Amino acid sequence: MLDDVSVAIPDGATALLGPSGSGKSSLLRLLNRLSDPDLGTIHFKGDDVRELDVLALRRRAVLVPQLPAPLPGTVADNVRYGPSLVEREPDVNSCLGRAGLARTYAERDAAELSVGEQQRVMLARALALEPEVLLLDEPTSALDEATREGVERTLIELAQAGVAMVLVTHDRGQAVRVASKVVELREGHLVR
Amino acid sequence: MSSIDVTLTEVAASLVLVGIAVAVSRWRRADLEQDLVVAVVRSFIQLTAIGYVIQAIFDSDSLLLVAALLAGMVAFGSFTARSRAKDVPGALTPIALALTVAAVTTLGLILVLGVFDAKPRYLVPVGGMVIGNAMTAAAVALNRLGDEIGGARAAIEATLSLGATSRQAAAGAVTRSLRSGMITLIDSTKTTGIVFFPGAMTGMLVAGAEPVDAVRLQLILLWSLLGSVSLSALIATGLGYRGFFTPAHQLRDAGPR
Repeated sequence: MLDDVSVAIPDGATALLGPSGSGKSSLLRLLNRLSDPDLGTIHFKGDDVRELDVLALRRRAVLVPQLPAPLPGTVADNVRYGPSLVEREPDVNSCLGRAGLARTYAERDAAELSVGEQQRVMLARALALEPEVLLLDEPTSALDEATREGVERTLIELAQAGVAMVLVTHDRGQAVRVASKVVELREGHLVR
Repeated sequence: MSSIDVTLTEVAASLVLVGIAVAVSRWRRADLEQDLVVAVVRSFIQLTAIGYVIQAIFDSDSLLLVAALLAGMVAFGSFTARSRAKDVPGALTPIALALTVAAVTTLGLILVLGVFDAKPRYLVPVGGMVIGNAMTAAAVALNRLGDEIGGARAAIEATLSLGATSRQAAAGAVTRSLRSGMITLIDSTKTTGIVFFPGAMTGMLVAGAEPVDAVRLQLILLWSLLGSVSLSALIATGLGYRGFFTPAHQLRDAGPR
């Protein structure tokens, strides 16, 4: 999918822009080692990702999937899941607030929420791990326009609050609105 | 124990019932005539052959030969179960372990508890039942595991992305698969005697045993099978899920389906 791509992603908010099939999601998956490249290396803050503990890496660089995939249980259960794996207790209300969800959502069944609300739950449970960088894989592509704007505004707020993120999107407008740097991919190659 | 003689003429007479099956298939164009013939011929050859093997083992009264026969059944059962669990990468080892542990543990406990004596007459048929049911449970459970993981790749990767291990990410799928491997026998144990008569009991009644003995033996078998089936499904799913993941807790690419 990707061929001869060399890119340095700075701190802050970076957008990976390109049409579908351009390899941007594949690139994102390499960053938290959901996949490994056949050739070449990925470095995270100077370290080859293959040298790091993969589970710890995934907590430092948390990926938010394109389609929300809530775990069974309440919204709070979802937010607590990642930290519970390392015996930490997150501030659920604060995570919900940063993801644009009222605290009344905490005890609701995650499976019963709308897709837009579920995507915010995905954001909240990623933030609960206090990651060094959020990896966002087309986080608004499954949403209708009104919901998309709301989630995008939340992303902009997070970026402005200093949360580092890599945003994969096919929407140039969104890339420019959210990110301070845009990397463009086409057919597995870097455009700029 | 009393015994009966079954003549070949009587066996041949039952072919009339196979004739009905062939007629149904031909009439409704089910295209199963050839399968029926293959099934009849294979059942005759396989059962006749195993009959001679069992006779030889009974005559020799050798527990070593019993163990060899059961090992052969485990091997054959493992390959059969693997062919039904095609979507599970590297399924043969988990299945073989599942069948071996189920057989050894169940037969071992039956002997230790004094349910049966350590004689080929008991060990061969009971062992065959244990291995056969363990094979079905492993195959059903792993088949379900393939469907579960294949249908939940996105959710599993989302869970891995929160720092979960492959074991943690697959836990729900593994539990549901374990259940599906165990539920069939549990259900048939619930309805036994009402909806159907299980094979061993039927055989004993036909052979002239007292109904109370036939019932007691059947209970022993059913309850023992529950244990062996749960062990088999537990081991098959508990090890089988690993084939879907790399050591770095990555979901492997979907294999050919």
